[in-house]
Amino acid sequence: MQPIVQPGMQPVATTFFFYFLSGLTLLSGVFVVTRKNPVHSALALILGLLAQAGLYLMLYAPFVAGVQIILYAGGIMVLFLFVIMLVNIERSQKEEQFNKQWLVGFLAAVALGALFVLVYVKGKTLFPYRIAQPIENSNTQQIGVMLYGQYMFAFEIASLLLLVAIIGAVVMAKKRI
Amino acid sequence: MLNYITSYLSSDTTPGQAGNVFWAFVYIMVVFGGVSVAVMAMNWLERKALAHFQIRLGPMRVGPHGLLQPIADAIKLLTKEDIVPDKADKFVFWIAPLIILCASFTVYIVVPFGPTHAITDLNIGILFMLGVSSLSVLGVVMAGWASNSHYPLIGALRSSAQMVSYEVAMGMAVVSAVLMTSLHGLGPYGVGAGTSGTGTLSMIGIVQAQQEQHVWFLFKFFPLGFIAFGIFAIAMVAETNRAPFDLPEAESELTAGFHTEYSGLRWSLFMLGEYAAMIAVSSIAVTLWLGGWFRPFPNTLTGPTWDLVFSLFPGLSFLALAVIAFVGVARMPKHPYFRVQTIGLAGFGAVLGLIGLILFAPPVRDRIQDIFWFVAKVAGFMYLYIWYRATFPRYRFDQLMKVGWKVLLPIGIGVLILTAILGVLL
Repeated sequence: MQPIVQPGMQPVATTFFFYFLSGLTLLSGVFVVTRKNPVHSALALILGLLAQAGLYLMLYAPFVAGVQIILYAGGIMVLFLFVIMLVNIERSQKEEQFNKQWLVGFLAAVALGALFVLVYVKGKTLFPYRIAQPIENSNTQQIGVMLYGQYMFAFEIASLLLLVAIIGAVVMAKKRI
Repeated sequence: MLNYITSYLSSDTTPGQAGNVFWAFVYIMVVFGGVSVAVMAMNWLERKALAHFQIRLGPMRVGPHGLLQPIADAIKLLTKEDIVPDKADKFVFWIAPLIILCASFTVYIVVPFGPTHAITDLNIGILFMLGVSSLSVLGVVMAGWASNSHYPLIGALRSSAQMVSYEVAMGMAVVSAVLMTSLHGLGPYGVGAGTSGTGTLSMIGIVQAQQEQHVWFLFKFFPLGFIAFGIFAIAMVAETNRAPFDLPEAESELTAGFHTEYSGLRWSLFMLGEYAAMIAVSSIAVTLWLGGWFRPFPNTLTGPTWDLVFSLFPGLSFLALAVIAFVGVARMPKHPYFRVQTIGLAGFGAVLGLIGLILFAPPVRDRIQDIFWFVAKVAGFMYLYIWYRATFPRYRFDQLMKVGWKVLLPIGIGVLILTAILGVLL
């Protein structure tokens, strides 16, 4: 099946952008772990999340990309930075950055790598081979119809969970209610 | 190649949708240049209008009536020494103004100056604008933290708390306007009509929905649209850190807030970003509630006569500016010391008059109309920004938070629910 793309809207340099964005994501992930300064880690994480939004765009999912930017990069990470800035960074920089559990870490990495290789080798039989229909022009509308139609129950349950979390946060933050 | 360039001219979509890289580049350059010039004009106008509010003269020395003051300021800032504090985090300090600048200019990709006069029309237009403009808070936080100084840090903390809070109220107001795009039919209450009723987030789509329903969303479900617009109009002032919500840079308390340690070119980048963001959020308000590029009464005052009358507005407004300039020439002191300034002002008026005359030419005035109405509406908001600054005293921080969370947000949610109910019932 060929992906249906609107005439005149052919994507440009797809391979380049895929490797560019994936490389950026991986690199910033490495920086998140290795930077000693937590603010630098948080900034690297923001870069990674933005690159991920670009990858979503390449998957013809502009709505997910927009939500990724507005929620993760613009909302949650700002609160992260907000908290980190108030932490005494000089003390945290003197602390050890890595614990010395090389064996457990190695085993976990090998297990995860094996899983990835397995999926890569067997993936074509595990999952049916299909190319998604890119519905970029009505992506948001389709998501809306799906969320409020077919998946209404799951959506409402998720919103209920969030409501519980919000009330919990208010209860915990306030001494007298 | 030439064929590639000319083929776009016959199409009736935006360059982004047509996939034409050349025209997209041209549009980007035109929008970038236009916004930069608008920022300079706004800079001059703000100082001048504020001065007149306070019965002062404002800039008068550089050029006639200080018209060349923004250029002089730009040269001054470019040649100033660029200071980086000793203990600052150099890289973060360096990149913070760039992030603010990029965030405020990137949103112009989807601003619809006309049905085809936009760089592109994204399916997630309004979401993209809100998301990318919310990234500018990162720049503020980074600038405040990287300066390694107390005032900037406090300014950055205030600013991030303020921007995150008001984004919520802003989002509620925007959602209620987006909800209105899902209604179909004519007139202020003509809705439903057996359609599937999915709305749109695309900026061009939102304006076309207002055309289809024959009403600006400002007047839709009166007074619901009006209240939602009011919430947005308040939240957007807080979002751009302008008076009376300019706590992050409250001069009397924090010297200059998050950009205290910045100087020269980098400081000017902050200013450029701030004014560009002001224009951007104003264009969101114009698109969502004020009918975008449409002239007033496109459905009731129809016919070739009215079309002609309204198409003369762009030229007439420039001629009016030219007349004002010439009145200024006539009122200049006759002393030889002022001769250069008088000649300069007369030349400026002549240029304005010439632009006005060009805008009267039929092929130009047909193409320029929608851009003119969009820009005129945005300019109204720009003047409001100055007016607020001259009128209202600054809020205290707890008052600011109270207004955001306890007043605007509940009203916004209420308007959203009522809009949804009316949309289903009527």
